[in-house]
Amino acid sequence: MGSLTKKQRTALLRIIVTFVLFAGLMVCEHTGVLDFLPWWAEALIFVVPYLIIGYDIIIKAAKNIMHGHVFDENFLMLVATVAAFCIGEYSEAVAVMLFYQVGELFQSYAVGKSRNSITELMNIVPEYANIEWDGELKQVDPDDVEVGDTIVIKPGERIPLDAVITEGDTMIDTAALTGESVPRHASVGDEIISGCINGSGTIKATVTKAFEDSTVTRILELVENAGSKKAKTENFITRFAKVYTPFVTIAALILAVIPPLFDGDWSEWIARACTFLVISCPCALVISVPLGFFGGIGSASRSGILVKGGSYLEIVSDLKTAVFDKTGTLTKGEFRVSSVQPEGCTEKELLEIAAYAECYSDHPIAASIREAYGESINTERVTDSGETAGHGVSAMIDGKRVILGNIALMRDNGIEARELSSAGTVVYAAADDAYIGAIVISDSIKEGSAEAIKELKAAGAKKCVMLTGDRKAEADAVAAQLGLDMHYSELLPADKVGIVEKLLKDCGKNEKLAFVGDGINDAPVLARADIGIAMGSMGSDAAIEAADIVIMDDDLRKIPKVMKIASRTMRIVRENIVFALAVKFAVLVLGALGIANMWLAVFADVGVAVIAILNSMRTLRKS
Amino acid sequence: MKKKFKLQDLDCANCAQKMEDAIKKIPGVTDASVNFMMQKMTIEADDDKFDEIMKQVQTACSKVEPDCRIIM
Repeated sequence: MGSLTKKQRTALLRIIVTFVLFAGLMVCEHTGVLDFLPWWAEALIFVVPYLIIGYDIIIKAAKNIMHGHVFDENFLMLVATVAAFCIGEYSEAVAVMLFYQVGELFQSYAVGKSRNSITELMNIVPEYANIEWDGELKQVDPDDVEVGDTIVIKPGERIPLDAVITEGDTMIDTAALTGESVPRHASVGDEIISGCINGSGTIKATVTKAFEDSTVTRILELVENAGSKKAKTENFITRFAKVYTPFVTIAALILAVIPPLFDGDWSEWIARACTFLVISCPCALVISVPLGFFGGIGSASRSGILVKGGSYLEIVSDLKTAVFDKTGTLTKGEFRVSSVQPEGCTEKELLEIAAYAECYSDHPIAASIREAYGESINTERVTDSGETAGHGVSAMIDGKRVILGNIALMRDNGIEARELSSAGTVVYAAADDAYIGAIVISDSIKEGSAEAIKELKAAGAKKCVMLTGDRKAEADAVAAQLGLDMHYSELLPADKVGIVEKLLKDCGKNEKLAFVGDGINDAPVLARADIGIAMGSMGSDAAIEAADIVIMDDDLRKIPKVMKIASRTMRIVRENIVFALAVKFAVLVLGALGIANMWLAVFADVGVAVIAILNSMRTLRKS
Repeated sequence: MKKKFKLQDLDCANCAQKMEDAIKKIPGVTDASVNFMMQKMTIEADDDKFDEIMKQVQTACSKVEPDCRIIM
């Protein structure tokens, strides 16, 4: 119990003292020792443990009344116990207060404990950075390091800031961020991400982002703020809590006043009204529901899945349609030139022209062509370069008008190209309106994609759809290989939004649609879908901004995993709601009929809260 | 200016909500959030009146939960 705070320790001490006193009094009461005392003396004896256990409640209630908060749980507990004293139920009054405090202490302990286990998960904050200063290493606060500074990271140290390696070779453990246990190799020129642990070798690196913009800071902020995007269920509970307490309190008042006007049995009806007041706090729900969502988010982040809020967890649990972008999501997005088919020129010339035409494009296809060309590009030779999104590029190279792109772009420009049907992306080229050949670029399916689709369906997704700008032949091949239900090919970026909108219309009332993309070109689609999932985006600001769920590594299998976590979280949350409401209403009814006593009411209040919290803590468990 | 504070002994989720509502009503505060789970409070308010506003925030918090302390 070393983890108790000072406040909790005081509460525990008071509970123990009261419990001992109370147990003694109960023995006296049952053996008849107290029967010889006048009623006022007996009441006075019970007041002692009552004050020990309840003084802070009385003070809080008084303060809150002064501030105008009447329907406050402290006040209601006070009214209930004082009323119990008035009608001679001394032991009940003390017991109610005692168990209420036990429950409060337990709640505070349980919440603190689950908070700790979540913050432990997120314990990725680097404490210092090493900076070389006159040939000596100095430890400084990562906050003081500026972009462009060179930092030294020794084996076993946490990478303090996002940086690029300038010297050295190492294995990097990214487990804290991605959940991936196999270390990743990194050497000169590779980006390293803050929060990861440097494994084997000492490295020097140039800082690329200030601490407040670095990955580790952004991730922490994201997880900490997740609570502010509340799920519908959470909002429902907040609204319910606002109505519930006044409703039960007024019902208690009616119960205490109206029936005795007819039968005159005031103490019996007041006792029944007291049971109402004890149950009037919605604590079980107010604490356990957000705790459940928080646990679910924590458990997801441990697996390298960042969920930006409880509401998204709720939506994912109803996921029925999953729409995937192809390149970089289902496939590796690593394009390689697989064949060059020149027409009227040499392979080398064709590649050179293509590489120059693509010299300003950051599309993966352009990069692969430049890589295949392999020589440095003199951009002075290129003028008037332009891009037709989804189709291709055009430029003036050495005074020749070069067009590079898909077959549609060739046709639009009146160029007769020989259409190839090989799998892969075919880039056609024309110089001064004459066809000069084609370059085939292919991409391979990502490991685990097929498995992920299968698992998604097992987890409840009905439709898996692929969207791509690639040709139909290519899309058909990938779709068949992955077992997708539908696919749309030859799309322009703008078409993707339209198709997602159409698919959204096809969804039933409680069926949700997710779009999975790499977050580079698909921000509008990510935003339009019920839920946007960004992939492979360690460090990519755009993806973290645009998406609702971020998968830290490239693994598609994390999507069925987050679905499972979400369903389990929702099940636990619903269990708590149903359980708490059922017990409360049952005890309210039994209390009104005079069957339930104060003891049962305390259970319905505190006992239920504790059980619900324990149940919520299950969301933290690793699946 | 946006600042974060740690809260100690914030024991009830309901109170966190009430605090947040109360802080948002303080003049000069543009945004505020009280995070029960992380026991943290984020306040966005006018730069020049920040200290003054923080005093009001403190009173607002202790009105809702007397035990709760803001660690400055």
